[in-house]
Amino acid sequence: MSVVTEAGTGGGEGRRPVTGRGGGVRQSWRDSLIVARRNLIRMTRIPEIVLFGLIQPVMFVVLFTYVFGGSLKVGGSTSAADYRNFLMAGIFAQTVTFATAGAGAGIAEDMHKGLIDRFRALPMARGAVLTGRTLADLVQTALTVIVLAAVALLLGWRVGTDGDTDAFRVAAGFGLLMLCGYAFTWIGALIGLSVRSPEAATNGGLIWLFPVTFISNAFVDPSNMTPWLRHIAEWNPFSAIVQACRVLWANPGQSVSDAWPMRHPVWASLVYSVAIIVIFRTLSVRKYRSATV
Amino acid sequence: MPGAIRAEGLVKTFGDVRALDGVDLDVPEGTVLGLLGPNGAGKTTAVRCLTTLLRPDAGNAVVAGIDVLEDPDAVRHSIGLSGQFAAVDEYLTGRENLVMVGRLYQMGRRDAKARAAELLEQFHLTDAADRITKNYSGGMRRRLDLAAALVVRPPVMFMDEPTTGLDPRNRLQLWDVIKDLVSGGTTLLLTTQYLEEADHLAHDIAVVDHGRVIARGTSDELKARTGGERVEVIVRARELMPQAAAVLTRFGVGELATEDHTRRLTVPVSGGPKLLAEVIRELDSRGIELDDVGLRRPTLDDVFLSLTGHMAEATAAEEGSA
Repeated sequence: MSVVTEAGTGGGEGRRPVTGRGGGVRQSWRDSLIVARRNLIRMTRIPEIVLFGLIQPVMFVVLFTYVFGGSLKVGGSTSAADYRNFLMAGIFAQTVTFATAGAGAGIAEDMHKGLIDRFRALPMARGAVLTGRTLADLVQTALTVIVLAAVALLLGWRVGTDGDTDAFRVAAGFGLLMLCGYAFTWIGALIGLSVRSPEAATNGGLIWLFPVTFISNAFVDPSNMTPWLRHIAEWNPFSAIVQACRVLWANPGQSVSDAWPMRHPVWASLVYSVAIIVIFRTLSVRKYRSATV
Repeated sequence: MPGAIRAEGLVKTFGDVRALDGVDLDVPEGTVLGLLGPNGAGKTTAVRCLTTLLRPDAGNAVVAGIDVLEDPDAVRHSIGLSGQFAAVDEYLTGRENLVMVGRLYQMGRRDAKARAAELLEQFHLTDAADRITKNYSGGMRRRLDLAAALVVRPPVMFMDEPTTGLDPRNRLQLWDVIKDLVSGGTTLLLTTQYLEEADHLAHDIAVVDHGRVIARGTSDELKARTGGERVEVIVRARELMPQAAAVLTRFGVGELATEDHTRRLTVPVSGGPKLLAEVIRELDSRGIELDDVGLRRPTLDDVFLSLTGHMAEATAAEEGSA
């Protein structure tokens, strides 16, 4: 068709910058950071969201420590201190996975308000809107974890109570938590793109996390569960990260099991997290490209 | 012709609904096409297909000289889109919104900032530039949304119902902005359900209903097609309507339309002011008292009615409640 070729040469002159087709790692990274910045600015303008995100895990620590602390046994010990040291890895892991709901609600709101349409009509990198959002959530998660760690230390949580550890291993535990939390925000992104309203994304982003975080080694020892449930708990990616933290921090209550993720929790956490990122990022970006409200 | 919009045979179905059922459009460079139709006619779907947001099931489209299906990213460099609801981030300031959009159009930081300041000035938003847009009025938010679409001075603009929900003052203001824009040479495709708006802004009008273009032409051409002038009479009392109807039918060249609750009678005529004078004399001699009488040209409402068999607003309400 002559219209295409004629117009094509005419329109190309001077008006269009010679960037690639929304591709290129550099452009992708640049655009993602611009979107991340936008989301971080938003967080400073709606501080109550960040605040509630901080209060929730702190409340969990306090409640679990004082309500369950005296009654639950960890490795045969009923000491409240042992339970507290056992509990913290679970609470940290739960906290980082709850970022899922925030990512989902944020993206659903952008869809709802028509911002996703604005972004999709711009010549920007394909995954940048979603990557930017997950990066901003990672910053919020880091902030939450720092506050939570401070509160936990005040309440008497200590590393190295059940063996030896060092600064590197403690930091590695926190690094794994961040990676795992980041992976889960991609699940949130897909939920946010798939539901019809921000409210649905908040609920949908949270509901499934309860079985995931409770059918695990986070709060109780899976060896007391019925066998089929125990298998689920031991292969649950969430249990792997909890176990990895307990091992790296030398905290009590590490599962003794033949299941591979329980024997190699650090590797299992890495594999699970990377797999979740690859799968859910691919699905989310595909969904984003055809997203409509 | 960079800047032109051309679409052939666009089809898009959502489940059982054929939102677009073979739409052809042609907008020469530097002109304005008004896409006119009720809610659910397929206007927004057409815009979404042309702006790369939606992939049509069939057909092809060229925007700013670039094939939309083959190179959507290049199209995105050359278009500006202003949506039905103001798509700006409500927790960012006006300035932050514009800078972000500029950066995502791949501008450098300094250029994006300079352009943002320029646009804020142009759209009279400088005073509000550093306030978050959540506190903007509806009109301000619309202007910011439009400014965001203009960041790279795109040769082709799409506006999806730009004034829906605005009060008359803001609507007039936005019309002025749009007219300025077009006088600068921008090609514009505008959707609207307001006949007055299409009449006011567009060079050409395409009337859309049920996913098809059912008529196209200039406002004058469409009106001419609907028939010439009409005599419109409002009688003092409802009892006078039958008598008045008898008189008007005698002078009219087409079917008489009556509206009981407004006591309005309308009939197509040919003969202009001279005929109007005769009508008035005749009504007067029979003692039929009038509240109002006049000769008027068909509005686009009449056009829509004669083309589709229903009023534009009526369909909109119907589909809104469905």
